Amino acid sequence: MSALLRGFVYGLLVVNAVLLTSAVNIWFERKFSARMQSRVGPTRVGPLGLLQPFADVAKLMSKEDTVPASGNRVLFTAAPLLATVCALAAAAVVPFTPDVVAADLDVGVLWVLAVGSITTIAIFMAGWASNNKFALLGGMRSIAQAVSYEVPLVLSAMVPVVLSGTMSLSGIVTWQSEHLWIAAWPLIPGLPAFVIFFLAMTAEANRIPFDIPEAESELVAGVTTEYSGMKFALFYVGEYAHTLVGSAIASALFLGGWSGPMAATMPWLGLVYMVVKTLFLFFMITWVRWSLVRFRSDQLLAICWKWLVPISVGLVLVAALWVELVPGVH
Amino acid sequence: MATYKIHKPARTFGDQAYLPAIAKGLVQTFGRLYQNLLGPEDQRKTATVCYPDEVREYPERFRGVHRLTHRADGSPRCVACLCCSTACPAQCIYIEPAEYEADERQHGYERYPKVFVIDELRCIFCGFCVEACPCDAIRMDTGVHVPASYSREHFLFDKETLLSIPGRDGSYVTANVRLEPGDPGHPGIDREHGH
Repeated sequence: MSALLRGFVYGLLVVNAVLLTSAVNIWFERKFSARMQSRVGPTRVGPLGLLQPFADVAKLMSKEDTVPASGNRVLFTAAPLLATVCALAAAAVVPFTPDVVAADLDVGVLWVLAVGSITTIAIFMAGWASNNKFALLGGMRSIAQAVSYEVPLVLSAMVPVVLSGTMSLSGIVTWQSEHLWIAAWPLIPGLPAFVIFFLAMTAEANRIPFDIPEAESELVAGVTTEYSGMKFALFYVGEYAHTLVGSAIASALFLGGWSGPMAATMPWLGLVYMVVKTLFLFFMITWVRWSLVRFRSDQLLAICWKWLVPISVGLVLVAALWVELVPGVH
Repeated sequence: MATYKIHKPARTFGDQAYLPAIAKGLVQTFGRLYQNLLGPEDQRKTATVCYPDEVREYPERFRGVHRLTHRADGSPRCVACLCCSTACPAQCIYIEPAEYEADERQHGYERYPKVFVIDELRCIFCGFCVEACPCDAIRMDTGVHVPASYSREHFLFDKETLLSIPGRDGSYVTANVRLEPGDPGHPGIDREHGH
């Protein structure tokens, strides 16, 4: 019972923390992109425009909530919920400190990958239920992209799993606190695997330069074409939550999560390390977003199948050999 | 049949891997971010003007809303010669000239505008009226726009309104000297006793 209660309280905390951080990250992204483009970004709502995301939410809530007459009302309503819930559910296994984990699953990595990929179904549901050709095209592209990028995502996540010999995220972080960050040691499967995981995670979250499902210039707004009001907002909350949780997972898998100097004696310092690493990765994604243009569909698939998949297969092999040949890994 | 060999730029391994181009782009955006956020103040290139709080500085010769310049006694310098309304391509200036009373010293020398109305909605802000004016009586050096309003009637600026608008330097007069009849240096030419 106490475990259930503890899971509930931590889960509530994690969900709210992710949602609040997503709101702050929206502000953060708008401000930073503005500076990159020599603009000033939001300045009006609150000090430095900090309350802008909340004003946006209030605006979206007050908007008319439309459902296409010829669309499928149930799927249309379920899709944004599913997109958000899946992104938040993945946050359950993120280890913030050695003790603060909402659900320390033995198959944490599997859970993250499985739940994260349901987002694709949500996006396709939205495209199908809208009964709109742009939305449907966006949904189909999303499937093509997600099916492709799932492969290097899983394969690169295998590298830390093979090295540490566990699928539990806290187990992987503990292994890194005893050795080194996987992105740094062993350098050869570690660093490229981190880069590939990062790229594939960006693609899974549909962020630029991988935002093919909602390519504005080609597909109006892609799967979100028919959405308005809070349903539309939920897709964006889902996208940001997905990105944020993905950053947290990547930092737990490859950047040592809560591990760092003095973290073993002071658990709160571990939380600081974890947050800093996650936000750094989020900043990287923001940075990439405002630097690059969108890939063409064929380029997107070519990069995945011709580069990322073969390389990540090789990396898993190297990791396995490393475990076999180098003493003291496990 | 002539054949042309079109040389396409060769795509190197680096081009196809996208990585050098991506790195270049990332460096560019990060450089701009650093420059605008943390760099020296004088090198920041933020182009935004937060409009209601700060207003963009107009160039010196910006043609704003018209004003009628004052004489020493506050009456308009305008002598109702109708040069401006004649020059106006938009025909937005309406002037009703009137004679000075017999006991006034300008009597016989010049007239004054009893009614002077500019329809600021018709005006195309070409500045021809300013060019045409022989007395430096109408100027567009106010540096402000015609203010917005809900009613079309509000854009018919009458003489009092035009007299009440200062120039950009805040003054109602001009640097050009104005000599009234009888002042030393006044040529003393009137309509009866010409050249």
